[in-house]
Amino acid sequence: MSAAAAGAARLSYREALREGIRAALQADPRVFLMGEDIGRYGGCYAVTKGLLAEFGEQRIRDTPLSESAFVGAGIGAALGGLRPVVEIMTVNFSLLALDQIVNNAATLCHMSGGQCPVPLVIRMATGAGRQVAAQHSHSLEGWYAHIPGLRIVAPATIDDARWMLGAALACPDPVLIFEHVGLLNTEGEMRADGADLDHAAIRRPGRDLSLITYGGSLPKCLEAATRLAGEGVEPEVIDLRTLRPLDDALIFESVRRTHRALIVDEGWRSGGISAEIGLRIAEQAFYELDAPIARVCTAEVPIPYPKHLEDAALPGVEGIVEAARGLVARGG
Amino acid sequence: MSAAPAAPTTREHALELLGAMLRIRAFEDRCAQLYTEQKIRGFLHLYNGEEAIAVGVLGALGPADAIVATYREHGHALARGVPMGPLMAEMYGKRTGCSGGRGGSMHVFDVGRRLYGGNAIVGGGLPIAVGLALAEQYAARPGLAACFFGEGAVAEGEFHESLNLAALWKLPVLFVCENNRYAMGTALERSEAVTDIHAKAAAYGIRAAAVDGMDVLAVEAAARAEVAAIRDGAGPGFLECRTYRLRAHSMFDAQLYRDKAEVEAWRQRGPLIRFTTSCKATGLISEEDFQRLERAASEEVEAAVRFAEASEWEPVADLARHVYAERAP
Repeated sequence: MSAAAAGAARLSYREALREGIRAALQADPRVFLMGEDIGRYGGCYAVTKGLLAEFGEQRIRDTPLSESAFVGAGIGAALGGLRPVVEIMTVNFSLLALDQIVNNAATLCHMSGGQCPVPLVIRMATGAGRQVAAQHSHSLEGWYAHIPGLRIVAPATIDDARWMLGAALACPDPVLIFEHVGLLNTEGEMRADGADLDHAAIRRPGRDLSLITYGGSLPKCLEAATRLAGEGVEPEVIDLRTLRPLDDALIFESVRRTHRALIVDEGWRSGGISAEIGLRIAEQAFYELDAPIARVCTAEVPIPYPKHLEDAALPGVEGIVEAARGLVARGG
Repeated sequence: MSAAPAAPTTREHALELLGAMLRIRAFEDRCAQLYTEQKIRGFLHLYNGEEAIAVGVLGALGPADAIVATYREHGHALARGVPMGPLMAEMYGKRTGCSGGRGGSMHVFDVGRRLYGGNAIVGGGLPIAVGLALAEQYAARPGLAACFFGEGAVAEGEFHESLNLAALWKLPVLFVCENNRYAMGTALERSEAVTDIHAKAAAYGIRAAAVDGMDVLAVEAAARAEVAAIRDGAGPGFLECRTYRLRAHSMFDAQLYRDKAEVEAWRQRGPLIRFTTSCKATGLISEEDFQRLERAASEEVEAAVRFAEASEWEPVADLARHVYAERAP
């Protein structure tokens, strides 16, 4: 990815998402958006604000509260030659469309012997931190990453928020984009002019341990890394970017240099993506490790409403710093 | 239910309809036999008794129209023109199958003929058909999407969500409910408070009618009228085709939930008996015609079996192919 022109634009994650959508709509007449309150309301999280006025009702389609029907209609429209971008308000609501996502989007290509690729993009909000309790706050992207046939991505930076959609639309497979609600108001400069869906990225190079994370936990890991650097510990921060396929190669390469791995995941620990990453490291880089693989995950509770309890449930900077210290103190 | 129209039909038309239904019947009966020989495995759902619906509806469609069917879809595939050899090879799971052997009996695909699968999740195909219709409308193409499903699907949320969305957006969808009275073993009146299924469609503002699904001419006439209305931009249409499954739900079904006498009564009203009898009575076709068509169907089935038997298995090395697309669609 080359850096864009010198005067890089500064914008929010939300604006970057919107710019990505606008560019996709401008570039390809087959692209259209469909979802709940994306048009007149402007999007539950205001990502699609203004797009209805700009592109009209044919391409910015407000739907009934029928997740299964409009996700399935996205699959059918993709089979019919269009490039639908379906927005599901939050990952919790996507469970109402699970049949279409898992039984159809993920299977049709294989089940038809390759005749029916499903070039569908589904965007959804994920994650906690806004005190919206246990039916609007979960991080289920790790679940979806379990499913062969899907591609799972989690933009954590302004560049990825801007460019991943275009890459997803260029991909002939169903791509689920998980946009963490805690990132929407973050700001930064847009530097890249494209994105891929296959590679993890090192967001901060280091030598003492690999902090492996994605999505809404990336800023927490970067902050933790800054604090650890003040103590003389230099973590390498890896942004997975894509949870399926996982970029094993970069993870192993990093761990071979740092000899320690700490995985930070807002999903729950049991059966989560952190378990998958940890075991892959154990399988492929076990003898490189100077300390046991460690994890910081969300506590095994439905996300509670009160702020102090929600904070306690989620991975936090302090917990990440402590876990990293513990890891560096061991072995070597 | 609308009365069967006394549609005058030509000899050529009669032979075509009868031949199409006989092909399906012969294919299904042979599949049942192959299942007992363990050549076909897994779930096998046969279409005996319901042939008039696939033949009648698909006869009313054009080649650009998209089709979504269920796990009981061999008849739709044959009526759509999927060659019998690749269809039988799919039953076997051979690589020459119309889905490359990956789907089997429940997942017959032929995208070249716009057949987007047998879907084995009850109700799961309806949203897909809505989307295929949306693609037609969006691209200002004249095609429509025909969606077949059983009356069991009516209890699923996807049925209601899909009908509403299709009606709301005036999409060119032809919903075809194959009401064979039993969702596996659960009788309609034991699962629905309102058993007039077309009335549910009407409640969404969709033109809806009940048709005698055992009468191929009635089905064809109703489908033609609906297809014309849909192409005129009148939005979705709905046909409840009342029919009966003459065989078990699947090959695992002991049929404890229905009387033998009931099955026998419906057998006497079966679409093949009925159409043949009436065509013979009017002199449109002869016993000789019937025998010839039956023989041709049987020969075609045997050739398909030979094709399937002679076909190769897909190498295990190809196991992970097609999980992701190999080329941009």
